[in-house]
Amino acid sequence: MTTAQRPISVSVSPVDNDNGHLDISKEVSTFETKNLKLFYGQKQALQSVDIKIPEHRVTAFIGPSGCGKSTLLRCFNRMNDLVDDVRIEGEILLGGKDIHHPKVDVSNLRRQVGMVFQRPNPFPKSIYENVAYGLRLQGVNQRSVLDDKVEWALKGAALWDEVKDRLKESALGMSGGQQQRLVIARTIAIEPQVLLLDEPASALDPISTLKIEELINELKSRFTIIIVTHNMQQAARVSDYTAFMYLGKLIEFNDTSTLFTNPGEQQTEDYITGRYG
Amino acid sequence: MKNLSKWWKSGSPWIWLNAGAVAISMVTVIALLSLILVRGLGHFWAADIVEVVYQGEGGSQKIIGELIRKEQVDLKSLGAEASEINNGERWLLKTGNREISADFRWIEQANVVSVSKPKELVVLERSEWGAFYGYLISVSEKGKLVAKGENAWSEFSQRVERVASLRKKVRQLERVEMGAINYQLEKLRLKRKKLEIDKADTPTALEKIQLEERRLGEEFDVYMADLRALNQEIERDSAVFQVMNGQEVSISFAHVIEGLRPNSMGYAQKITNYISTFVGFLKDDPREANTEGGVFPAIFGTVVMVLIMSIIVTPFGVVAAVYLREYASQGIVTKVVRIAVNNLAGVPSIVYGVFGLGFFVYFLGGTLDSLFYPEYAPAPYLGTSGLMWASLTLALLTLPVVIVSTEEGLTRIPRNLREGSLALGATKAETLWKVVLPMASPSIMTGLILAVARAAGEVAPLMLVGVVKLAPELPLDGNFPYLHIERKFMHLGFHIYDVGFQSPNVEAAQPLVYATAFLLVLIIVILNLSAILLRNRLREKYRGVTG
Repeated sequence: MTTAQRPISVSVSPVDNDNGHLDISKEVSTFETKNLKLFYGQKQALQSVDIKIPEHRVTAFIGPSGCGKSTLLRCFNRMNDLVDDVRIEGEILLGGKDIHHPKVDVSNLRRQVGMVFQRPNPFPKSIYENVAYGLRLQGVNQRSVLDDKVEWALKGAALWDEVKDRLKESALGMSGGQQQRLVIARTIAIEPQVLLLDEPASALDPISTLKIEELINELKSRFTIIIVTHNMQQAARVSDYTAFMYLGKLIEFNDTSTLFTNPGEQQTEDYITGRYG
Repeated sequence: MKNLSKWWKSGSPWIWLNAGAVAISMVTVIALLSLILVRGLGHFWAADIVEVVYQGEGGSQKIIGELIRKEQVDLKSLGAEASEINNGERWLLKTGNREISADFRWIEQANVVSVSKPKELVVLERSEWGAFYGYLISVSEKGKLVAKGENAWSEFSQRVERVASLRKKVRQLERVEMGAINYQLEKLRLKRKKLEIDKADTPTALEKIQLEERRLGEEFDVYMADLRALNQEIERDSAVFQVMNGQEVSISFAHVIEGLRPNSMGYAQKITNYISTFVGFLKDDPREANTEGGVFPAIFGTVVMVLIMSIIVTPFGVVAAVYLREYASQGIVTKVVRIAVNNLAGVPSIVYGVFGLGFFVYFLGGTLDSLFYPEYAPAPYLGTSGLMWASLTLALLTLPVVIVSTEEGLTRIPRNLREGSLALGATKAETLWKVVLPMASPSIMTGLILAVARAAGEVAPLMLVGVVKLAPELPLDGNFPYLHIERKFMHLGFHIYDVGFQSPNVEAAQPLVYATAFLLVLIIVILNLSAILLRNRLREKYRGVTG
């Protein structure tokens, strides 16, 4: 495949139903968790979470600090494996298959489920090498292929115009917002199915935040996106569906406009109206 | 009283105390370096020669020599009569001419009648018997007089240069050509012995070796004839000098390395001479039980040993640290191992020497010898102290330093960078190689810098596992396999000890001790500086990475 054949479409907006709301029951799900429980040692961080993540949509996880939204996010690419003393019960299905199955290769899973972290974490390499990192890991070393993919990914992350003249310079010389978009470029370069964004804009200034949000809008036609955010306005702006979590429990999951305008649970209402959190 | 307590509270005494400590450290370092510099580097300066007319016990006499130092003494304590002057100054003169009289002499300033610096006085640096002081009388070639009086000096200088170039040829012949033949002959001897041991000494095989030996023998004889001719050429000329007691001495040019008339030299000349003498010190072999000549083999040995040690200790230490930090589960066992590693750094170095001798040299080397090199028996090949064992011993000694600083570097790598790599589908090993280790490289370099600083200055363990007083054969030469890690070698640190305390002529060797110490410091500084520069470049590369 060449880059020309798979441009990132900019104009896709979610298909709304008659009354202007999305309908979760009509969505195809990518991830599905069944009775997911997670323990850090003795402490339980997730309590029987059941959620279906709709494909090609932006799903936001909101909730107060420590509610388990990041923990849940990190379950999807098994980042929690890195934590000592962690125990997971229940199932997480990706396309119907359990990601904890012993035959599942974690590296493979993580290639399908990319992740962007709270703080920009570019490698201390050149901009080009940062984007090419994941490709090289897969054994892609042919210059022309790399060049194409790097350009494609940087364009996809709306960074190409800013960096095309300094691809060989260190990524550490970029601004925080650019770094975060570079990390997104690096992640989409290996073309995952799902993008996990863990508070991707919380360390950035308002203008960079805006750019990231625009980017999320552009990317959702190609990727299923799950975003964890502290910022309810951000969730309202960028997501199609929103999940509200509290103390390790999934309290409510619905399409974003419903959840914010007409929450079904008292706790959700308290949270979004700013009574706590 | 109130003021005092206020002053105390203000923190100024604390600042003064700190500043004082820093100042004392600085003064100590500067004093140390300047002492070494002045004492050591002064040695290469062509000092003026004095002719002292001295009223000694046996009447008036002439003393020719170099004024080394003056000091105030209590003459009474030296056994002088009470009626004589109680206190006075005495001078130490280096009078040289060791084959004729003592080469150092104390004289009392009170008895000095006159001091002069005649321009014609000559000082010779010789290949044996140390320095020589005297007046040049005549130069002769094959016993026939060539020059006398005024024009003798220019004739003399030319002939010294001629002999120097001849000597260079001899050295080249002995070291390179004949050395290579000897090396090959030795290899053939071992080959034959190996055949005997393997019971493969068929007549054809033996004949082949014999043929080769004969060919080499003939080649050697040709070189030998050349060498003999060269040596005759070198011994052709001689010069007659008058020494301080008026006696005339004939000296063959074969023994003269350099002749100078320092009293007639200007500053420019002296500086040129100083540079060439110093360069000679750096690149020549030692002579006369290390009290004369250069220290090149010691410099070379020190540097090669440190380099080999670095090559061994870096990967070893890094691998150990990576396991401890990245793979081993962080429990009681890793804690104990870590404490043990830290304590290893505190073990006295001589203990490492003993271990190196017992384990590396006798056990490991001995076993390897009996398994792979039976043809060397009864002489040991690897089962004796040598460069490799010394490097290994020092690698062991410096291993804790490398492990500790690498571990520190690994812990400092931000967690989110590792996660970034893992999230892209990298395995733990790939993350280590591509992200973590490159970023930890400045810390690895810090470990290496500390290791080099410690290893280059270490002497005690080396005395047990490979360093010798004199090793004219360098561990690196033109004979395959070029780097001879089984050879013994010289080391600047040991050289200092040997020259200073094992030398038959302590007074003559003293400046060399300082000069060698200066070189050792210089080499450590150079090795460290290059490592520090490398580290700073790496740091610059990874600057701005935060957790």
